[in-house]
Amino acid sequence: MTQAQKRSTPRASLGSSEGDDIFGTFDVAIAQRFLGYLKPHRKTLLAAQAAVLISAGCGILIPKLTGEAVKHAVSGQVGSLDKILVGFGLTAGAYALFFFIGEFLSSRLAQQVIFDIRRAMFSHFQDVSLSFMDKTHVGRIMARLQGDVNALQEFLDTMNGAVGDMVTLLGITLVLLSTDLKLGLLTLTVLPALVAVRAVWLPYSKRSFRHARDASSSTNSALAENINGIRTVQETRREAMNFDLYQVKAQENFRAQNAASWMTQVMVPTVDILTGLAIAVVVVVGGQEVLGGRMDVGVMVTFILYVQRFFEPVRLLSMQYTIMQRAMAAGHRIFEVIDVPVTIADKPDAVDLKDAPATVEFRNVTFGYDPARPILHDINLIVRPKEVVALVGPTGSGKTSIIALTHRFYEVDHGQILVGGHDVRDISLDSLGKTIGMVLQEPFLFTGTIEQNIRYNTDASRERIIEAAKAVSAHDFIMRLPEGYDTPLGQRGRNISMGQRQLISFARALVADPQILILDEATANIDSFTEMAIQRALKVLFAGRTCMVIAHRLATIRDADRIVVLQQGRILEQGSHDVLMKTGGLYSHLYTSAHASFDDQVVAVTGDAEFATRT
Amino acid sequence: MSHSHPSGRGAASSGSMEFSTESKVDAKAMPRVLQRIIGRALRYPGLLAFAILCTVGSSLASLALPRLFGRAVDQAHHLLLNAGAAPDAARKALWVSAGLIIAATLIRGLMTMLSGYFGEYVSQKVGYDLRLEFFRQLQRLPFGFHDRIHSGDLITRGMLDLEGARMFVQGGLMMVLSLVLLLVFAGWQMLRTDWVMGMIGLAFVPIAAGTLGRMGFLLRVTWLKFQELMAVLTLTMEENLQGIRVVRAFAGKTFELLKFDQASIDALTYSFHRITLRLRAVAVMQVSFNASMAGIIWYGGHKVAAGTMTVGTLTSYLGYMSLLQGPVRQIAMIFNAAARATSSGARVFEILDLVPEITDAPNAQPLKPTQGVLAFEHVDFAYAPGGKAVLSDICFEVRPGKTLGIVGPPGSGKSTLANLVPRFYDVTGGRITLDGVDIRNVTLASLREFVGLVQQEAFLFDSSIGHNVAYADPWAEEERIIEAAKVAHIHDHIAGLPETYETRIGERGVALSGGQRQRMSIARGVVPGPGVMIFDDSTAAIDAVTERRVRDALAKATATKATLIIAHRLSSLMHADEIIILDEGRIIERGDHTTLLARGGIYAELYELQSRSDATATLDDDAPVGVLV
Repeated sequence: MTQAQKRSTPRASLGSSEGDDIFGTFDVAIAQRFLGYLKPHRKTLLAAQAAVLISAGCGILIPKLTGEAVKHAVSGQVGSLDKILVGFGLTAGAYALFFFIGEFLSSRLAQQVIFDIRRAMFSHFQDVSLSFMDKTHVGRIMARLQGDVNALQEFLDTMNGAVGDMVTLLGITLVLLSTDLKLGLLTLTVLPALVAVRAVWLPYSKRSFRHARDASSSTNSALAENINGIRTVQETRREAMNFDLYQVKAQENFRAQNAASWMTQVMVPTVDILTGLAIAVVVVVGGQEVLGGRMDVGVMVTFILYVQRFFEPVRLLSMQYTIMQRAMAAGHRIFEVIDVPVTIADKPDAVDLKDAPATVEFRNVTFGYDPARPILHDINLIVRPKEVVALVGPTGSGKTSIIALTHRFYEVDHGQILVGGHDVRDISLDSLGKTIGMVLQEPFLFTGTIEQNIRYNTDASRERIIEAAKAVSAHDFIMRLPEGYDTPLGQRGRNISMGQRQLISFARALVADPQILILDEATANIDSFTEMAIQRALKVLFAGRTCMVIAHRLATIRDADRIVVLQQGRILEQGSHDVLMKTGGLYSHLYTSAHASFDDQVVAVTGDAEFATRT
Repeated sequence: MSHSHPSGRGAASSGSMEFSTESKVDAKAMPRVLQRIIGRALRYPGLLAFAILCTVGSSLASLALPRLFGRAVDQAHHLLLNAGAAPDAARKALWVSAGLIIAATLIRGLMTMLSGYFGEYVSQKVGYDLRLEFFRQLQRLPFGFHDRIHSGDLITRGMLDLEGARMFVQGGLMMVLSLVLLLVFAGWQMLRTDWVMGMIGLAFVPIAAGTLGRMGFLLRVTWLKFQELMAVLTLTMEENLQGIRVVRAFAGKTFELLKFDQASIDALTYSFHRITLRLRAVAVMQVSFNASMAGIIWYGGHKVAAGTMTVGTLTSYLGYMSLLQGPVRQIAMIFNAAARATSSGARVFEILDLVPEITDAPNAQPLKPTQGVLAFEHVDFAYAPGGKAVLSDICFEVRPGKTLGIVGPPGSGKSTLANLVPRFYDVTGGRITLDGVDIRNVTLASLREFVGLVQQEAFLFDSSIGHNVAYADPWAEEERIIEAAKVAHIHDHIAGLPETYETRIGERGVALSGGQRQRMSIARGVVPGPGVMIFDDSTAAIDAVTERRVRDALAKATATKATLIIAHRLSSLMHADEIIILDEGRIIERGDHTTLLARGGIYAELYELQSRSDATATLDDDAPVGVLV
């Protein structure tokens, strides 16, 4: 073991989290846009609101009827007591019925609207430019599609109820005041007290809740990190230290959760005591009135019943207020996404590339992800039908940009790109996607069976799929899998090797049968046997197609009809392998050094390191 | 239980033991799981007893209120009738009642608050304990376990399931307690005063409780089903976003939206189902409650009219009813919490109950390396006992300063072999020794400190570069870290970053290429200066030129150590002192580069294959583009 000096403090941390702000302020613009999503469901919304109003009305009426019943009982009017009871029964029935209808309609509506908004976002992501997608982490987008959308759902779920609560509050106030103005006013004095207490409490509680949320997500992120890296943790014997780091987080979380719980609980006695005070007012003041014969005892009972119900809507409404703030913050983030402009879209009169020749042409193309710093300078390139062009050059030379532009993933800054003789900006995106097939460097497979992955969005038959798999030498290994073509692929195809994933993505491209194929050859190291299969498969893929290949393997490069050598965004030289070797330019230099690397000789430092042989 | 599909990685499939999925609530397991959760709450008897005491207090104070209301109504009403009484005395009585009401609400409020706070406190304490145990357990469980269970599943257990189990203490246990107390006390009061009226009033309780309880349970079950459907939707969205280039490349927008809509409609339908389920039960609750209320008003009203009952008694009954309404409503929540705690708790305990297969032997001693000679003696290995042999009869010895190269097709057992040395798995036959001592007889900590393994897939943590390089030795001095980074040829790149070693990597930091990640991982492996170094295909993503520089630097850094190199690229290991070729877990060829080439076996064939794409093949223009192979 090396004898080294030790630091005083460890360089160690566990997990990290960074939460979005959860509380927003009311924003009319955002509220209006929400309403926009409700518009198609206007009738349902109205019906739900009507039902909620009716049920709230019935709810208010019930204690009143109870009080009336008591009044008639006291005065011995049995006949009218029974009549009131019939009314009570009807009101209670109506209350249950309309409550059901209102909740049923509004909950379903909320769900529906949520799915509409989620779909709008998702659909938008299919259209926004890749430059936006490149900059945005998938985890972040998912947080918006899920977390923020759920926060909205919570709001919509309770929104209709909030209208009911407001009506209830108003109704109770009216009933109390109309039953006995003086006693009503006196009882209602506790209401401002409650509002004031809550107003003081709110900012503290918010801070406390936010802290609890942050502590919890920080603890969870530490756990997740340790689980994902568990092999490294055990390899490096970090168990004890990570446990200590985690314990600190768990302790902090424990404290924060308890503080938040305290904040919630502290409001309980406040509401209770205020209720007690209000009832005491009824007892003392109302009681005196009853004593003096100025008030019926039924009124006193009515008041006692109402005061007990009084605080529930207040509590619910203030909860609703917090939920609304959360929804505002979420809505802000949701609309931020929906508002990302779609920069690459079909023109109204976009062309369909049906019988156009399979050609690609770059005319004086200049392009940069940041227009101030161009990656490609004045590129001119013509790819003829059924020609295989290999793009080679060091990292950062612009190879990837060329193929991305051909598929119009980005827009050129100057010049134009023509596919089949049409400017890509005039071609419909759908038609462009069907004409140009693409195989990416890192094969991306979806959850589903192998067959589904090869078929993707075509309607190819099983026979066609097997035929394609055979053509790219994937059939044998697929058949060795437990369920053949029906074998489900695990997370991104983790249950098959990298090379095998590559072969499946080749089969997918073959089934799609594009006239023009763009291929970004994998740089990863693949075992020699699969590598052989890949080389064979490439030849099948290239056959009869116009191809542009970012090539890393010498075998692939040599097989191309033409090699285009790029450096710093410019075409340096082009021609066949033999011609370029004779010219003695960058290509021949790279080629010789790449070849040499295997034989363990001194390697020239120039050029792309990636260019070396890989098998 | 879900059926897990055998996968291409032998490790994950063979001998896979199955883990429970989230989608089930097993009613039979309920008492056992809940008992265990309660058992954990009972570890804090003082706090729990105090919370329960407060619950009793708050229930009693609650019950006093209807009686006080009734008394006050009677005081006001009766004294009006007996006009003879002194108005002063009557007023005084009302003031006393009002005072008592305020006192009762004050006590109720405070008691409810304390019971709520301490109930939650115990619940959080249970959560805290479970969290730490869960974390510790995961660190103890060997690779074999982590191969079988998906990391996402473990994270769900540690986050959501753990919460579900913990919450039962407050949302289930304490709530049941307060419900029972209120029901018993209020029921007793109601029946004692007038048993017929008491029966009428309580009639709604069994009906509502039955319906709501069933609903609570069903809501949990449908919730799990809904979650499953939402998970499909999430996966659809996530994959779409991650594979957005494929989607764009194949013009798959319509297709993807179709997938989205399908998943979306499934989830939506289920969500509607849940709404109906919930509202139906709520309607039953409301109707039965109001029927009881109407019954009480009718029965009591007639009695009051007949003069056989005071209006105050009737009022107190109405008070009891509104007192019961809330807790009875909560039955749904209690059942939901119990069902959630059952399925979640079972999933947490399932992990906690596992006994780690690889631990220190009872008499394990710390490894005392004398020379650092690693030897495999007739090693056999299978992932499951009696399962397919992954390695058979492996013998070799690597002396300090020597290098062993290992080559073989995918699935031949190379990585498995590497993982046996630090005892991430235990051999099933033969033994592995360090300086002659069986590695199973030394402590795991000392063994793993002595053996450095650099894996094929470099896992880097979401923190700074410095933290990552120093991961194995967080106390390492700056120079050591830089030295290691230089060996791995990553120092120059790091030094060029804006914050050098403090630069964050990962989600919120700079992105590293595959090769850079591997070099980081090599630097990390070098920092602690282990006695045995194993490189498991850990240079595959590094370009050949850089790789050779790394290899040279490593050769210097590990000159006195036993080194194992596993690689596909023969140039990575052709200089090894000995090379073994594995196929289906057996050594089929061995020797040094020259010997193996001369033998003309698989190694020679591989070498030829790898060289072919080079100079030899350039002249070979016999396979023109377009010819089907």
